[in-house]
Amino acid sequence: MRIAMLGLGSVGKGIARAILEQDLGLSLTAVADSKSGRIEPSGIDIASMLEQKERTGMCGTPGVGAADILASDAYDILIEVSPTNAETGEPALGYIREALSRGMSVVTSNKGPVALDYQSLHLLAKEHGAYLRYEATVCGAIPIMHTIESGLAGNTITKLYGVFNGTCNYILTRMAEEGLTYQQALLEARELGYAEADPTYDVKGIDAAIKLVILANAVWGMEKTLDDVEITGIDGVTTAAIALAEEQDLTIRLIGEIIPAEDVLRVSPRIIPKSHPLVVEETLNAVAIDTEMAGEITLIGKGAGSLETASAVISDLLFIRDCHGRRS
Amino acid sequence: MPFPFPPYNVVKDLSRSRLKYFQDAINVQVSMKLEMKDSPGQLVSVIQPISEIGGNILSVIHERDPAVKSDVLDVQILCEIPEGSLEPLLESFKQRGVSVLRIGEERLLVRRSVILIGHLIHTDISDTIGKIDSTGFAEVHALSMIMPAINEPSSTKMTIKSDSLANINRALDILRDVARQKEFLIIEPLEDV
Ligand SMILES: NC(=O)c1ccc[n+]([C@@H]2O[C@H](COP(=O)([O-])OP(=O)(O)OC[C@H]3O[C@@H](n4cnc5c(N)ncnc54)[C@H](OP(=O)(O)O)[C@@H]3O)[C@@H](O)[C@H]2O)c1
Repeated sequence: MRIAMLGLGSVGKGIARAILEQDLGLSLTAVADSKSGRIEPSGIDIASMLEQKERTGMCGTPGVGAADILASDAYDILIEVSPTNAETGEPALGYIREALSRGMSVVTSNKGPVALDYQSLHLLAKEHGAYLRYEATVCGAIPIMHTIESGLAGNTITKLYGVFNGTCNYILTRMAEEGLTYQQALLEARELGYAEADPTYDVKGIDAAIKLVILANAVWGMEKTLDDVEITGIDGVTTAAIALAEEQDLTIRLIGEIIPAEDVLRVSPRIIPKSHPLVVEETLNAVAIDTEMAGEITLIGKGAGSLETASAVISDLLFIRDCHGRRS
Repeated sequence: MPFPFPPYNVVKDLSRSRLKYFQDAINVQVSMKLEMKDSPGQLVSVIQPISEIGGNILSVIHERDPAVKSDVLDVQILCEIPEGSLEPLLESFKQRGVSVLRIGEERLLVRRSVILIGHLIHTDISDTIGKIDSTGFAEVHALSMIMPAINEPSSTKMTIKSDSLANINRALDILRDVARQKEFLIIEPLEDV
C-alpha cells in the first residue's frame, strides 16, 4: 500500500523508521515537510531521505509541497502529521479535506482538525468512501479508539475519564514526589523536553480538553467544541495542596471526564487515592472506560513520543488495509 | 472488684478515627444501650468490634448504682460507624456475649473534603465558612491550612459535614460560587465509580 506523509518531525520520522525497519508491506511514496517535498511513486529510499533531512533540514526538493502531493496519484492513504493548530486546524484541515474529497483515506495524529471539524470530516469521508482515523490524537500509543470500537463493541460506554496530558502528569508527579514548586517542576519538564517553550496548552488543561472533545464526538456522536468543556488547569496547584492530600494517601492529578448522562465534559485537578489505577507516574497517560457489560477497563501507556505515536498511526493504517481492504 | 470506669463516667474519643474524609465518608451515628457481664476488661468487647468495622466511638456512659448489687453492667454508647456496618457490628457483639438492649435513632453523617487554594484569609474566611454554616443543612466541620509565604495563596483542606449526599452537593455548589467570587481554586475528590 502506498503512503504519502505530510510532516516529518518527531512523529513523521518515527513512522518512516517503522516503515523502513519493519516488514509492514507499506511503501512510502511521497513526503513533505515545511520547506520541501518529494514524490516517488515507486517508493522512497527512506534511509537516504532521513539522512538528507538530518543533514539539510529538508526531506526533498524546495518548491514541492503538500498541494503537489495531494494532487498526485502516488498514494492510497495520506498520513497527516504536521503541527497542530487548535484554533483553525490549518493547514492540516485543508489537506485532510482535499485527500478525503479525492476518496483517499486519511490517518492523522493532529488534534486540531479532528477536534474542530469532526462531523463534517466524517461526512466527507463517508461520502467519498474513504476512512478517517485518528487513534494517535488521544493518549498517544494507547489504543483507546480501537479498544472502544472493536474490543468493546456492543458495550454502551457510560463514562470515560483519565489522565490525558503527560506534561501535567509529570509536573504533578514531581511536585508530589520531591516537593518541588509548580515553577520548578515546569522548568524540569521543559529541560527534559516534556513541556513546550510555551506550555499554556498543556498546563491550562486545553490539550486535555481537546482530547475530550475528540472522544465525545467520536465515541458518542456528540457535537461538542472546546467551549463546551469546563476547564481548570494545574497552574494554580500548590505543593502544599498536594501535601494535604498526601497526608491521607491521596494525591492530585489532572483528570478529564466525560459522563454523557450527566452532560459532564470537564478537565480539572482532582484529589484521588494513590492506589487508584489512574494514578500513573511521570509522563504516562491512563484512561478508564466504564461500560455496562465489561465493567471498568483501564488502559495505561505512553501518551507521546516518536515511535509511540507512530505505533498508533501504523495501527490505523493497517486497520484500514487489513480489516476493510482498499476501497477503489 | 475493680470497675472498668468510675460511676457516671463519660469517655470521649476512645478510638482514633480511621475514616478518610476526602472520599465521601458516609457514616451513621447511632446510640446503643448495651448490657454485659460486669467483669474487668469487658469494655474491650464493646470497643474492639466498633474499631474493627472502622467506626469511631463518640462517647461512652456507664451508670452503676453502687446500692444495687448486680453482675451485669449497662453501657450507653454513642458511635459513628460506616453505613451498612450495623448488622455485622450487632453480630460481633452477640458473639462476645454483649446484649443490645436498645438501639437509638440513626443519623446519617456525610463528610466531604476539598482543597481550597487562594487568599482564603484575606477574603474573609469567616464569611466563607458562614456561607456554609448558615444554610442549616451543612456545616464546615474542619479546616486545616498550610500557610505560605506572605502574599502567596494558602492551601486549605476544608471538610464539610451534612446529613445527606444531596445536601453535601448543595453546599458544594455554594462553595463553588464563593470560590468564583473570591477567586479560589477548588480541588474536589474524584467520585468513586
Ligand atoms: N510528538 C508526539 O509525541 C505527538 C503525540 C500525539 C500527537 N502529536 C501530533 O502529531 C503532529 C506531529 O507532531 P510532531 O511532534 O511530529 O511535530 P513536529 O516535530 O513539530 O513536526 C512537524 C512536522 O510538520 C512539518 N510541517 C510544518 N508545516 C508543514 C506543512 N505546511 N506541510 C507539510 N509539513 C509541514 C514540519 O516541517 P519541518 O521539519 O520543515 O519543520 C515538521 O517536519 C502534531 O499535530 C502533534 O500535535 C504528536
